[in-house]
Amino acid sequence: MPIKILYFASLRETLGLGQESLELNATIDSVATLKNHLAARGEPWTALAKMKNLRAAINQRVVNADNAIADGDEVAFFPPVTGG
Amino acid sequence: MQEADFDVGAEIAALTAGHARAGAVASFVGLVRDSDHAAEHGGSGEDHGTPATINAMTLEHYPGMTEQALEDIVSEARQRWNLLDVTVIHRVGRLLPGERIVLVAVASAHRGEAFAACEFVMDYLKTRAPFWKKEETPQGGRWVDAREADDQAASRWSQA
Repeated sequence: MPIKILYFASLRETLGLGQESLELNATIDSVATLKNHLAARGEPWTALAKMKNLRAAINQRVVNADNAIADGDEVAFFPPVTGG
Repeated sequence: MQEADFDVGAEIAALTAGHARAGAVASFVGLVRDSDHAAEHGGSGEDHGTPATINAMTLEHYPGMTEQALEDIVSEARQRWNLLDVTVIHRVGRLLPGERIVLVAVASAHRGEAFAACEFVMDYLKTRAPFWKKEETPQGGRWVDAREADDQAASRWSQA
């Protein structure tokens, strides 16, 4: 079962994409390895690696880079929040 | 979360209805500014001293996670203080200067808890709820940067 990946705000605009589906494999098992996999696509995806303070959430909870990802998860990448 | 404006008076009346023990309501309303004074410091503009004009602001959010984050923040406030009720309304979409963005209203028996909880909810909302602001200026669109001061404001609540 693929994972769903969401991108928000300035990151969404930079990538030109709001969401996509991706099949996990043995080399993509955490937020950090997923980020590296996506950044390896080249421009504009290198933004994921370059962005300072990139935040990530799994199933709508903020997580750290070493958090594991499982089949069917909803993973989101976004810049620091600026609401209120 | 809603695109429509809210009526502060009606929300406060609804918050306290049925709470005969409510002796205090503290509320905060956030508005869209017409200029960004932060841009005159550390900004890239050459015209120091002239705040950047903001024509409009668009608020994006992460549907689903936003609701969850706000529920978590309110439930943490309820653990810290003895509160009777809490209302949080945050607008999304395109807003003009002067328009209301956010309302936090807290009812409690006494003012101390209402004041503290209202400030806590706003500080955590600013740093934990997945909203992002994009300003429309005469120079084009600009995503608002997160402020260090907001992180500091939120972190003081976790000091032992």
